[in-house]
Amino acid sequence: MDIVLQQLVNGLTLGSVYGLIAIGYTMVYGIIGMINFAHGDVYMVSAYLTAISIALLTFFGVQSFPFIIFGALIFTIVITGAYGWVIERVAYRPLRNSSRLSVLISAIGMSLILQNYVQLSQGPNQQGVPTLLSGAFRFHIGDGFVQITYMKLLILLIAFTGMAVLTYIIQKTKLGRMCRATQQDRKMASILGIDTDKVISSVFVIGSAMAALAGVLVTLDYGAFDFYIGFIMGIKAFTAAVLGGIGSLPGAMLGGIILGLSESLFAGLVSSDYKDVFSFSLLVLILIIRPSGLLGKPAVEKV
Amino acid sequence: MSQTAGMNYKQCFTDAVVAALMALVVFGPIMGVVLDGYKFDIDFQRVAVIVCVVFVGRFIMSYYFQTEKGKAMIFKYASNHDGVTVNPPHFKSKMIWVIPVVMVIGFLIPFIASKYILTVMILGLIYVLLGLGLNIVVGLAGLLDLGFVGFYAIGAYALALGYENLGLGFWSMLPIAAIAAAFAGAILGFPVLRMHGDYLAIVTLGFGEIIRLVLTNWVSLTHGPNGISAPLPTFFGLEFKRRSASGETFHEFFNLPYDSGYKYMFIYLVLFAVVWAVLFIKHRLVKMPIGRAWEALREDEIACRSLGLNHVLVKLSAFMLGASTAGLAGVFFATYQGFVSPSSFTFFESALILAIVVLGGMGSTLGVVIAAFCLTVLPEMLREVAEFRVLLFGILMVVMMIWKPRGLVRVTRNGFAAREGAVK
Repeated sequence: MDIVLQQLVNGLTLGSVYGLIAIGYTMVYGIIGMINFAHGDVYMVSAYLTAISIALLTFFGVQSFPFIIFGALIFTIVITGAYGWVIERVAYRPLRNSSRLSVLISAIGMSLILQNYVQLSQGPNQQGVPTLLSGAFRFHIGDGFVQITYMKLLILLIAFTGMAVLTYIIQKTKLGRMCRATQQDRKMASILGIDTDKVISSVFVIGSAMAALAGVLVTLDYGAFDFYIGFIMGIKAFTAAVLGGIGSLPGAMLGGIILGLSESLFAGLVSSDYKDVFSFSLLVLILIIRPSGLLGKPAVEKV
Repeated sequence: MSQTAGMNYKQCFTDAVVAALMALVVFGPIMGVVLDGYKFDIDFQRVAVIVCVVFVGRFIMSYYFQTEKGKAMIFKYASNHDGVTVNPPHFKSKMIWVIPVVMVIGFLIPFIASKYILTVMILGLIYVLLGLGLNIVVGLAGLLDLGFVGFYAIGAYALALGYENLGLGFWSMLPIAAIAAAFAGAILGFPVLRMHGDYLAIVTLGFGEIIRLVLTNWVSLTHGPNGISAPLPTFFGLEFKRRSASGETFHEFFNLPYDSGYKYMFIYLVLFAVVWAVLFIKHRLVKMPIGRAWEALREDEIACRSLGLNHVLVKLSAFMLGASTAGLAGVFFATYQGFVSPSSFTFFESALILAIVVLGGMGSTLGVVIAAFCLTVLPEMLREVAEFRVLLFGILMVVMMIWKPRGLVRVTRNGFAAREGAVK
């Protein structure tokens, strides 16, 4: 019983992180219909940026935890956003009118570039950040107990705040309206005076910023990372996006949480060695049985 | 651009400054601050270098695109220019003499080259096989398969496991591994029949990763990350070891001094023959109805199905043939290394094989062969830049997609004409 509850808690935090990264996939897919294969590696870059910002802040004598996490968030989000912009500009914009296969291959190339660039700049070894926030709430249930660390609570808090802010931007602001219009019909939107190239760029920036949020939170909680973490995280976040229905924002968040919960329960109750196999099998199954996901619209192919 | 004459240097300069600032923001933290435990070292020099490179590069690019040549180039890329080059009917290439020359040279290599060059050539040929296999799936049938390394792994593990558990050697496992990989291709092929494009890519990627994870975690069968040893081929029952418990070895039988190079020579020659066989089969398949069906499916699936092509058969045959080729390559890889472990079958291998197909020109056999050698032999020769290999692959993939999406070697085919004597 306590294992199940503990895994539910872990799964919820993991799932909110998946949800944050899945937003990047789902927005890009919704707007230009491509899988941004390099998105997982953008997340990996943000993990490095987090560690760099923490190292810099401590070097300049910032000691208190709120300042450090605030500084790390701002620094990482801004620079990761710049990464998103540059990636779109270099690898995807010149291919706007090419076949989807070309764009996907270009994206895979970008993913390799990012991985190797970080490996060459920062060295192949695993890196880490110090534990900044320790301590936990403990609830006794029967013989065992369920532990919720402060860090996990912070992750949930920041992740849900981030999602709420994003929902506000998409639903209420001018930029959000332009995004939604471009998503519905890119040609029509550009006829009506929307600079669709700019909208696409801003979608990449927003998606990368969300991945950066996830990167900061996971790095602070987990502590260790290397240049290869983006691959697995990327596929899982993509699974979350597909599970929720690709192109749908609430779907990405819902899919992330469902994936996080089911994966944690599988790891806790069945086998932790095969939890990645479980996630990949889930991805394959969803794509076979219900490719449009939980909240997505079924795609109609026009001739 | 409003100016019709003269260069807009201001525009070039602004572009270059913006690009350089962006480069500073992007490259600055990751390249300039090198993490070292919880501390860091500052490295200004390489940031300065890369920012200068970006500045100059962007300036030249802006300048070039304002010239007549540059404008023509932009126009060329804006318009779609893919497809195949069609030669006149009954066209016969004058380069046909190259094939026997390459055959003879390739056959003589093991007798003149050093052991090191021979091992590099074996690796190159293995990637030629892999490239040819993936070329059927991606280049001809247009099904982007990112889990191709899974079939390669199945072939390699089939040899190692067959030897360990069933006592079967190289020669019996060679066909069995190809068949096993083909079956795996069919198992993957069935569920993904309805998918195309990006979803297919992701599902195959997931499939490839599942195979690798199972190989890593199923310790009782595969020994997990430690890997298992694979047998060497035998020459009509003669082994290539120094000493053998079961009868004579190769060098004893022929009264030669022992040399570990013999086994590589033999592997090379067998592999060379297999590559030619696969090349021949593929060359013929492309001209057969099934090959035409693959290409038709690549161009337009809906039109194909409307014309009565059985898309199940067409897709499955592409998957199975591609997979069996990868299975063959896996057997050779295992016997050449003498050892297999899951770490040889990561996603990077899939990306490398894809890069071979993309660089060579999708659907072009000649291009794939050249690209396979370029991407595997060149990094071996240029050891100094080995650590930049992956970076170069990535840049190559992006640049190729922008510059020449159909690869370096364009697919050519002869046009059709009425048979001589036919009623016009």
